[in-house]
Amino acid sequence: MTTAVPAGPPVIEARGLGLTFETGDGSVRALHEVDLTIAKGDFVSFIGPSGCGKTTLLRVIADLEQPTEGDVWVNGVSPEQARLDRAYGYVFQAAALYPWRTIARNVALPLEIMGYSKAEQAERVARTLDLVNLTGFENKFPWQLSGGMQQRASIARSLAFDADILLMDEPFGALDEIVRDHLNEQLLELWARTNKTIAFVTHSIPEAVYLSTRIVVMSPRPGRVTDIIGSPLPRERPLDIREAPEFLEIAHRVRDGLRAGHSYEDA
Amino acid sequence: MGGVTQRVLPVLTVVAAIIAIWYAATVWLNTPWQIDLYERNGTSWTTGMLVTDTMAQERPVLPAPHQVMQEIWKTTVEKRITSKRSLIYHSWITLSATLLGFALGTVLGVTLAVAIVHNRAMDKSVMPWVIASQTIPILAIAPMIIVVLNAVGLSGLLPKALISTYLSFFPIVVGMVKGLRAPERIELDLMRTYSATSAQVFWKLRWPSSMPFLFASMKVAVAISLVGAIVGELPTGAVAGLGARLLAGSYYGQTIQIWSALIMAAVLAASLVALVGVANRVVVKRMGVRP
Repeated sequence: MTTAVPAGPPVIEARGLGLTFETGDGSVRALHEVDLTIAKGDFVSFIGPSGCGKTTLLRVIADLEQPTEGDVWVNGVSPEQARLDRAYGYVFQAAALYPWRTIARNVALPLEIMGYSKAEQAERVARTLDLVNLTGFENKFPWQLSGGMQQRASIARSLAFDADILLMDEPFGALDEIVRDHLNEQLLELWARTNKTIAFVTHSIPEAVYLSTRIVVMSPRPGRVTDIIGSPLPRERPLDIREAPEFLEIAHRVRDGLRAGHSYEDA
Repeated sequence: MGGVTQRVLPVLTVVAAIIAIWYAATVWLNTPWQIDLYERNGTSWTTGMLVTDTMAQERPVLPAPHQVMQEIWKTTVEKRITSKRSLIYHSWITLSATLLGFALGTVLGVTLAVAIVHNRAMDKSVMPWVIASQTIPILAIAPMIIVVLNAVGLSGLLPKALISTYLSFFPIVVGMVKGLRAPERIELDLMRTYSATSAQVFWKLRWPSSMPFLFASMKVAVAISLVGAIVGELPTGAVAGLGARLLAGSYYGQTIQIWSALIMAAVLAASLVALVGVANRVVVKRMGVRP
């Protein structure tokens, strides 16, 4: 089960990646010596306590932050070029739907920006809303939807254009556990259907183990990778796989990794 | 209908209180002159007579509400609109300058705000001047604007409107700079992940986000536009407009005329602010904001 080796060609690669924020009272090392390869079709979770740099790492990949050391490639080019190529869809912690747009028009937002024709927009909006089970809510405004539905709409928005990479930053962090279970199941289904490469930030061990083909365990101060765990679980995963011994074994290893990263702290 | 009563009752109470205080003040302020008059004419007077007479003076220190209302009635309903003595005619003169000035002020304010938000140099250099412009007393600068524009052959509506503009662009700039910067980090990041151009970020995010700020500052701007138009009518010895009525009233001690012009200006300002409020509600509703 230590098959931490990627399966397909690399989609995201980081070598000696580091990022130091200069703040008013000194510099903060958010990332240190991060080496990572994510292959095509992978579902990689980043897990760790707050301050371990998992969100920062995702933002570096998305060209929302600039690394201060090392190199990172997305689809073999710089993150900036990948962003300009619209190579990825990004799902934020909050749904970040624009409140003055209906759900359909929110999903159409990237399509408008990228210059898709009206007909193509309508077709893609219908298709992606169906993918996240939101058909029938096209003309609702965000405030009329529950938190889980809003987050699904934001996922639909990230799927609407043809990006092969999906970057997700704790997308279900603010939702209750029942909704989260349901969305996790749907996300796996969606991953199987679309064959996207997904990088997923979370602080929930069961969520990371349930979703991922590989789990990247990170620890704080400075944010670094302490363990990369390949999952032996099959791609098709019913929710009750979480009771299986293999599942619990991986969860245990993740927990050990997190604890090791914490050992020098009093927390 | 309980809702309507609940909303209207407090307003009516305040109005009634103001009118009561106004009447009391009328008697109090007009009494010295009235008593003086009685004494000069050797008239013996009673309190009842005093109260009635203080409310019926021709040039009172403070006219009674009903005198002002009668004057407004006489100069609006009973005069042809084209008459130089019609308050509606004068209101229109002032209103047209107000509206033109407000429109120019809004355009100028929004333009400056857009430039300030998109350009660091503008942000650093323009804002202090914008603030400085408002520390100059408008009464001091208004005559100069009028005189300078007259020298280049501009007179009538535009100079007055420009004084309105001078006052009204300020709240628009301040409000819109805040409004255009209202989008949250996450909303801007989203645009960045799409590699959106700054024009796209503006029209699809910054502009819609700024709507509540735009309307809030337009409410302030339209009211001070009216003040600007009236002030613009004072130094020129203008022959028409509410400002001219105020000026003429004070030349000839026509306090009733002054007050009726003041009331008219207040009604006009309230209506303009209310109109902006209606426009706000329409836009907000179309934007699908939670009721």
